Amino acid sequence: MLKCKQVSQLVSRALNERLSMRERFALTLHLLICKYCLRFSQQLNTLNVAINKIREAIEADTKIILPAETKIKIAQSLASED
Amino acid sequence: MTNQPKQKHHTQPNNSHDWLNEHGDYLYRFALARLRNPHQAEDVVQETFMAAIKADNFAEQSSARTWLTGILKHKIIDLMRKQNRETVASDMMSEEDANMDDFFDKRGHWAEKPQSWHMPENALEQQQFLTVLQSCLDKIPNKLATLFMMRDVHETDNEEICKELNITSTNAWVMLYRARMGIRKCLEINWIGH
Repeated sequence: MLKCKQVSQLVSRALNERLSMRERFALTLHLLICKYCLRFSQQLNTLNVAINKIREAIEADTKIILPAETKIKIAQSLASED
Repeated sequence: MTNQPKQKHHTQPNNSHDWLNEHGDYLYRFALARLRNPHQAEDVVQETFMAAIKADNFAEQSSARTWLTGILKHKIIDLMRKQNRETVASDMMSEEDANMDDFFDKRGHWAEKPQSWHMPENALEQQQFLTVLQSCLDKIPNKLATLFMMRDVHETDNEEICKELNITSTNAWVMLYRARMGIRKCLEINWIGH
């Protein structure tokens, strides 16, 4: 039987990679009987969704632009390479 | 991208200023979303254009934006690698760090049981939640925050990032685990009261 500590590590890993069949089975079983780990798992999922939202919001915000002086600096550097 | 030829290539420089105008802002936002530091974001965008003008591997069939974004990703990873080198050994992750003894007791049970969160429901609460999350990201080590922002469900180049950062995938998941535990704890303290 897995401990909550091991389960929390599996929950995190599952967000980035595919767990083995054995790991998935043990994880599912634990989450059925442990409300704290289930809660933890749901919170990490919420966190992941929120992180994606933050990143997408920045990427979509057309008010955020490369500062003019930096643009000029880059243009000058590019010109000197020509 | 790391082996850019030194010699100038005369078929692309004409495009480079168009690239700057067309894609400069986009690339800046892409970098800022991951690095979260405006100065660092400006630097990597500049490095990206300088690398692009010297490169000769622009495939005509791929879009310039996709190609430039690929270079930018490598520049961000280069920056993370530099930060990694500057990190003192004690801050580096070892597998033992994954034990997270603050969070669990000796028997492996939660030392502090995860509290139930009030999930943000309306737009205002969601905005507040994201603001709290931003401040939590500021509290964890920069390289953890960047690694966190780089790796997500949409990007499958995890192995590549590990390789370029000279970390094993075990190390990467330990770092991510630690980042998530820290951010979750911070959210529990700062959000739960809402």
